[in-house]
Amino acid sequence: MTRLILLAVAVLALGGCADLGAKPWQRGTLARYDMQLDCDPVLAGLDDHIYFSKEASSGGRGFGGGGCGCN
Amino acid sequence: MRLIIAVLMLMSATAAGAAELPAALATYQGKLVYVDFWASWCGPCAESFPWLNRMQEKYGADLVIVGVNVDTDAGAADAFLKKHPARFDIVRDPAGRLPELYAIEGMPTSVLLGVDGSVLHKHSGFRAHQTAEYEAAIRAALPREEARK
Repeated sequence: MTRLILLAVAVLALGGCADLGAKPWQRGTLARYDMQLDCDPVLAGLDDHIYFSKEASSGGRGFGGGGCGCN
Repeated sequence: MRLIIAVLMLMSATAAGAAELPAALATYQGKLVYVDFWASWCGPCAESFPWLNRMQEKYGADLVIVGVNVDTDAGAADAFLKKHPARFDIVRDPAGRLPELYAIEGMPTSVLLGVDGSVLHKHSGFRAHQTAEYEAAIRAALPREEARK
């Protein structure tokens, strides 16, 4: 019985993991320009150049979606 | 043991199946309502506004378009509306109760509610080349004599 209750509590606690992250309508802050990973194109270009010089490869920085949840 | 089962049953009982319109939309009870969830920070929302204006103009006799704004900053929403005027009703829901209720998966999302409040059609995102599909869903929900026009 005690085990069953403990199991029930443990399973119910899993519900806490069901709601992680911002909902689509809560992404206003994430969608802000200054929240973008590459909000400064010059800086991003310099970073790319350094990366290319060091790693002999380039690209792979981009990904779909700007955090607004539109995609 | 019974208590645990009772608690579990209570927890699994979900909220209303949206048959009756939520309080924020109660004034539209008995009407065909096209609910569009938008925010000032959402690019496609801005694109959708001219189309929504056209739809409201075209089907205004049978359809009410309600733009539900989910901005937490009312000023941002006002600025957006100045730039992209809306010729349809606007409801503000900064707490996000309505998008939660209709479990929207992206911004913008539109939900077409029948006269009984049931969800007839729902689409996420706004793409200009798909507007014919969106309009077809509206036409399918119109009263028969209107749809034939």
